[in-house]
Amino acid sequence: MDVTLKVWRQKNSQTPGKMVEYKLSDISPDMSFLEMFDVLNEQLAHKGDEPVAFDHDCREGICGMCSMYINGRPHGPQTGTTTCQLHMRNFNDGDTIVVEPWRALAFPVIKDLVVDRDALDRIVQAGGYVSVNTGSAPDANEMLIPREIAEEAMDAAQCIACGACVAACKNASAMLFTAAKVSHLAVLPQGKAEHKLRAERMVAQMDAEGFGACSFTGACAVECPKSISLDHIARLNREYLGAKLTSNNV
Amino acid sequence: MSWVTTTLSSSLGRKVVMSLTGLFLCTFLVVHLVGNLQLFKGDEGRAFNEYSYFMTHNPLIKTISYLLYASIIIHAVMALVLTRQNQASRPIKYAYARPEDNSHWTSRNMGILGTILLIFIVIHMRTFWYTMHFGPITLAGEEIQAGSIPQVTYDGEPIKDLYAVTTFAFSYLWYVILYVLSMAALAFHLVHGFQSGFQSLGLRHKKYSPLIEGIGTYVFGILIPALFAAMPVYIYLKVNHILF
Repeated sequence: MDVTLKVWRQKNSQTPGKMVEYKLSDISPDMSFLEMFDVLNEQLAHKGDEPVAFDHDCREGICGMCSMYINGRPHGPQTGTTTCQLHMRNFNDGDTIVVEPWRALAFPVIKDLVVDRDALDRIVQAGGYVSVNTGSAPDANEMLIPREIAEEAMDAAQCIACGACVAACKNASAMLFTAAKVSHLAVLPQGKAEHKLRAERMVAQMDAEGFGACSFTGACAVECPKSISLDHIARLNREYLGAKLTSNNV
Repeated sequence: MSWVTTTLSSSLGRKVVMSLTGLFLCTFLVVHLVGNLQLFKGDEGRAFNEYSYFMTHNPLIKTISYLLYASIIIHAVMALVLTRQNQASRPIKYAYARPEDNSHWTSRNMGILGTILLIFIVIHMRTFWYTMHFGPITLAGEEIQAGSIPQVTYDGEPIKDLYAVTTFAFSYLWYVILYVLSMAALAFHLVHGFQSGFQSLGLRHKKYSPLIEGIGTYVFGILIPALFAAMPVYIYLKVNHILF
């Protein structure tokens, strides 16, 4: 199949970028979107042009590195998958595909389609952990956790910090990300000890990074490759409000 | 900063302020609607005028009304602050975006709908609230004019005839259209706003969220705006002897 690509090219964070058009022919519909980009880059390299820089790592849909905004949606038109799990059969022969980097104040472009997502790591560093000495592994079933709770924590813990929620949100809000990171610890007994401080610190960091507020459009949950639910945002709101009203931090 | 100011200046805290003021305004709408339904009573406005007199003279209602004015102002100012913050968080826009694939139009345009409603509230309060409180009294036998209010006597007691102001205002077709369009904006604003208010407070639960969504959609999104819109239409048709 033949496709026309319109790709954002930007030399570095200081230089303004622009959309550049590339034509690709004989693309297999079984290729992943990233493999299609590999073909493009090979052709560019043969011509002596600079290949398109893009993030990728595992190519199995679990690392959260790939981050393309494809045809107006993060990770492309397919829901519940990352860009590496998007295949060319989702497009038609002759299609024009627009590819842009994540757009957010907190995600500055490093080069082409690569953005700096350290802001998400700093939110986790602010409190997304359990700071107790756990020692050696406890006996199984020593700490009883109902299956329903364990599943709920796992649903939130699936977050791979790809940033699609921020990219999808009209306010570039990191609420779904922060909610997932607060939620997966808040529902478990190990995380309960520090739950107030965690919510306060992580929300403060989220605001300091320059992410927007939540308008509850639901776009984040639709575009999340791990389909993390808006329930977790409600829990973050509860956790934060509860912490602000009852914690000892005056 | 104290914990109160830190909370209120956080993005979550600001949404809580939006939620609390917004939901308070929703409860006001219910009271306002129930009162205004007196307009449909075929008694030449007596029930409506007596209700208006009660609403402008009862001390408890007067106290709550200041809370109401404050809520409208805080809701609008906080919306402006949040909108500016939200716009600043994406300085470079996407060249090609398809937000319609992942979210509803109403949820993305609360600011535009809210601005329409704010303009409507100013016009609406000028026509009725200001005239009721500060408008010159029309003398007996004088023709009613925009901005003035006549008096009516029930059981020997003269009270302001807000019903006459209402029928006068809604005898104009353009004014009726303005109200109907504004109520459409209200409907779209509340379809998203009512349930979103609960989400901001963290009130989301398998048992109650479907109920909240149902009330938000069918009561605040359809029934209440439709009944409000029916008032100017009914009066227009009645005053101009078209249907009633």
